[in-house]
Order: sequence, then C-alpha cells, then structure tokens
Amino acid sequence: MGRIVLENVTKSFGDAQVIPPLDLAIEDGEFAVFVGPSGCGKSTLLRLIAGLEETTSGKIQIDGEDATQVPPSKRGLAMVFQSYALYPHMTVRKNIAFPLRMAKMDQAEIDKKVEGAAKILNLVDYLEQKPGQLSGGQRQRVAIGRAIVREPAAFLFDEPLSNLDAALRVGMRLEISELHNRLNTTMIYVTHDQVEAMTMADKIVVLRAGNIEQVGSPLDLYHTPRNVFVAGFIGSPKMNIIDGPEAEKLGATSIGFRPEHTDVSTTEGKWKGRVGVAEHLGSDTFIHVHDTGLADMITVRIAGDIAVTHGDDIYLTPQMDKLHKFGADGLRMA
Amino acid sequence: MAIVATSTKFSIYGRPVLAWIVGLIFFFPIFWLVLTSFKTDADAVKPEFLIFFTPTLDNYLNMTENYDYWRFATNSVITSVFATVFALAVGIPCAYAMAFNPSRATKDVLMWMLSTKMLPAAAVLYPMTFLTKSLGLFDTHFMVIVVLMLINLPIVVWMLFTYFKEIPKDIIEAGQMDGVNTWGEVKEILIPLAWGGIASTALLCFIFCWNEAYWTVRLTTTEAATLSKLIEGNRAPEGLFFGRLSAVSAAAVGPIIVLGWFCQKQLVQGLTFGAVK
Ligand SMILES: Nc1ncnc2c1ncn2[C@@H]1O[C@H](COP(=O)(O)OP(=O)(O)O)[C@@H](O)[C@H]1O
Ligand SMILES: [Mg+2]
Repeated sequence: MGRIVLENVTKSFGDAQVIPPLDLAIEDGEFAVFVGPSGCGKSTLLRLIAGLEETTSGKIQIDGEDATQVPPSKRGLAMVFQSYALYPHMTVRKNIAFPLRMAKMDQAEIDKKVEGAAKILNLVDYLEQKPGQLSGGQRQRVAIGRAIVREPAAFLFDEPLSNLDAALRVGMRLEISELHNRLNTTMIYVTHDQVEAMTMADKIVVLRAGNIEQVGSPLDLYHTPRNVFVAGFIGSPKMNIIDGPEAEKLGATSIGFRPEHTDVSTTEGKWKGRVGVAEHLGSDTFIHVHDTGLADMITVRIAGDIAVTHGDDIYLTPQMDKLHKFGADGLRMA
Repeated sequence: MAIVATSTKFSIYGRPVLAWIVGLIFFFPIFWLVLTSFKTDADAVKPEFLIFFTPTLDNYLNMTENYDYWRFATNSVITSVFATVFALAVGIPCAYAMAFNPSRATKDVLMWMLSTKMLPAAAVLYPMTFLTKSLGLFDTHFMVIVVLMLINLPIVVWMLFTYFKEIPKDIIEAGQMDGVNTWGEVKEILIPLAWGGIASTALLCFIFCWNEAYWTVRLTTTEAATLSKLIEGNRAPEGLFFGRLSAVSAAAVGPIIVLGWFCQKQLVQGLTFGAVK
C-alpha cells in the first residue's frame, strides 16, 4: 500500500544544498518519525515526498512506482500541516469532504465517510461550523479528518502538534498513535521534539543538516546511538558527554552516560561534585551537579526521592555496562 | 501626559472637523457641477444667480432628447464591464502564478508592469491611431475594450498580487495534496478566499475604465463613443454652454458616484491595498 523509497535524493535552494544525497526506505504500514533540530531539513524532506518541492536529483518511489515527476495531487498521499491549513471559507463538513468531492465521489458516499470520520475524531457537533470558530485541538482534528477520509497510501505530518498547548499535545499524540494502530497505514511524522519521536515511532530517522545521522527503532537509538550527536539528541534529560582524561582512561575521545544510568551517593563514589539544582518530582529526582571537574554540569536522575539540597556534596558513579564510548570522529566505538 | 491629553482632544473634536473640511473641499466641485446643471446656459455665467436662481430641467431633457445620452451611457457600460471582466480573466491567473510560484524575476516583472503606466499616453498616440485605423478597428467597441483593459491591467495585476500574497501558501498546498488541479485551486480556493480583494479590484478597474478619457475621446467618433466623448463634445472654449456641459458631466459621473457610495468599504480597501482592516 504505502512503501516509500528515496534513492540518492538531493535538494538545493539556489546554491544552498539543504538535502545532500540521501537514501531511505519507509516500509508499508510503518510509523516513521523524522526528528532533528530546527532548520535541519525535515520539512523539506517531507515536502519532497509530498511532491510540494521538486527534487534536484534522485528518485522517489511510492509503492514501487517512480513518483519523482508526479504532481502532489496525483501521489495519493495526505498531509497534515503545522498551521492546519484548513479552508477558512468552508464548514468543517466541507473541509473534510473536500478531497472526496475533488475525487468526484458520489454525495451519499461522501456523507457517510465524513460522518464516520467526524465520529472517530469527536467532531460530530462541529460539522456545520467554520474553522475560525474552533479551538486549536479541534482544528487539528479537522485537518486529520480531511486526511483520513481519502484513505491515502501514506499520511505526512509536519509538526502537527507544535501549535497546541502541552496538555493537549500529549492527548493528540496518543490519538495519532491510536489512529495508526487502527488504520495501519504508513505515516511519516516530522518533529523537533525527541519525546514525540520516542513515544510514537516504529522507526526514527535522526537528521542533522540534511544528513541522516541514524535510522532505527526508538530503543535502538536509546541504547546504541551511532554517534555523539544522536546520543545527545535522544533521551531526556540529555546524556552527559565528557571529554578529556576520564574518557582517555577508557581509550575513547569522549564518553557518555545517561542521567538515569548513574549511581548517586552522599558519601562515596567515583566522582565528587556539588549539588546545583535538585528537582524533586516525587517519582524521580533530577540533580544538576557542578564542580566535578568533568563538565560544566552533570545531570543525574534517581528513581524516588533523595534528601539533597543546593550546595551539598554528592558522589557520582556511572554504570559501566551502560557507558557509551565515542572515537575522535564522534562515532560510537564497538 | 500632556501629549496624550491633546491627542485625545484632537481625536475627539479636531479629527472629525478636519475630515469634514477636507470632505467638503473635495465635494465642492461636484456640488457646483450639479448646481450649475440646473441653470440655463445664460444664468450659469451671471454672478447674481450664483446661489439663488430658478432651477430648470431643460439641460437634462435636452441632453437625452438631442444628444443621445443613452447611447453614450450604454457604450460606457459595455466597454467598462467587458474591459474589467477581461482584465480580471488575464490578471487573476497572472497574479496567482506570481504570488504562489514566484521566480527570481517576479519582482522585476511586477516593476516592469508598473513602469508601463509611467509612459505618457501621448507618446504612443500616433502609433495607436495609425494601428487602429489601418486594422479597421477605429471607433469599435472591441478596440475600446482592448485598450481600456490593457491600460488597467498593470494596476489590476498589482492589486490582485497583493491580495493573493495574503493567502497562506499552506492552504493552496493543502488543496494540491487533496487532489485539485490548477484550475481547481483557482476556482475552489483562491477565488473564494480572495473574493473581497477581487471585488475591490474589479470595482476600481471599472471606475478607471468609466472615467478614461484620453483614448476614448481620440479613438472613437460615434459608434463606440463613451460618456467621456459626450462631455468632450459639449465643451465650448467660450464657456457659453456651462449649464449644458454641467448636466452632461453630472449625468456622466452620476452612476459612478452612486456605485462608489454603495461600495465604499470595498473601495477604501482597494485603494489602500487592503491595509485598512
Ligand atoms: N523555499 C526555500 N527557499 C530557500 N531555502 C529554504 C526554503 N525552504 C527551506 N529552506 C532552507 O532549508 C533549510 C531546511 O529547512 P526546513 O526543511 O524547513 O527545516 P526544518 O523543517 O527541519 O526546520 C533551512 O535552512 C531553510 O532556510
Ligand atoms: Mg519544519
């Protein structure tokens, strides 16, 4: 249904090459997430797949057929935009029905599908309203409704939740994941938020400056980041990465250990430091440690509570079996 | 504090007064025109009848009976309407292409279009007369429509371009993803969304066509002659027929003033390129 393959795809705007040669395959039914810092080319890559940007070179295949020159309207993909991009002059019902009307489906069939989508998305009471009268979350649902009614080969999402407030974002995240489970259609989802990537993806594609840094399942990336960039980008709070003598002792240029993979004691341990800020969340405690002589700040995460406050001495011991070692080229050492 | 206080006082009393003064100054010629149109030609030049005189409808009756006002008026309507329709038919696709698929040359093309308005019309008077006469188009509706359309096209494209620019590109792209072709984008999305702007543009274009005098006077004689030509025909250098001339002028500008009155909002929006919300 929706296998998407990119071969040697590049994209330049004028002289600036935003996407260097890139190969990528997204399997049918997969939930793929493109994640990376802002400006790294995620949207551009998604728009290349959508057909909204022309490739500078390379090939894009959808379901085994070369779609490189096919216009967006003929690719059979649906897209949900960050701005929702609803048609402001149409009611919710007309918005959702629009792609079906364009496909010349008969009215009875259209009505049935629109009602069905509205039910799934809790929009039944809003069908006759205009987008301007809806809240952000409802607009988002309309945009999703407009995408699902056409039963596309794949869904493309460009940071669909970034305009929503935090609480709503978590809810919508779940809804989209459930939608994927129900429809089992390929979804490509762009975000700069690694939490969204980790929670939703079957496959994460980490991008930096248009380059694919790593492709893998969320846990692959968490346990075996391919390089320093991925190590620092995936996981929250961020992995501690230190250079210098401590790393050299282990034969590496830099070593990384996650906040949750560090043992903490107030009496003894490998490295001594001083507590800066301690964040007590009840379930966990995040401690930001200074003056270790390793890095400006080391963050550790302890399950449950620990009685430390600002200025206390603290001892840290990384769990050696979960330590990551990186070479001079930034790549993971075996 | 003092500045705030004075500016508040000014905005309460000063601004409306100022607006009225300016309004009256602009309105005065029209008022005078209408007033004069009810005087006889003889009364019109006599100072003692400046304000108080015996009004007469003769000028108007005379005009419709002897000067064939309705034929000129019909020509004005036909040429202005068709020129506006054609200008939009060409201008909408043009502005659409430039607003949503700009190239590096788009800015230059827009400037070039505007620059054609800087050409003095008199500079092309001879070629235009020669061309229309040798093509057998002199004094035809077709020619007047084409000329009116062409001279207004730059401003039409500019206005539409600015309106289209305000439509988020995402919405057009959403349309493409939803399977519409180019014509569908224009019909289903662009025109409904830019409806206000298109109406303002059409209105302004229509008014410019209606008021155009340089070419309509010079390239027509009777068949395709518009109201501008009628006014021109009643102009006498000695100023002996002021009453008659005023009636003709009032009857020529009347329809456009009425139209303008009903479409004030659109017009203001059009003239300020949508800057007034
Ligand atoms: N239409 C365009 N013209 C020129 N440069 C562009 C265009 N679109 C994107 N870019 C550039 O390409 C880079 C990647 O942009 P984008 O794909 O939007 O990043 P992301 O979505 O990851 O934040 C940025 O440096 C941006 O400035
Ligand atoms: Mg983006």
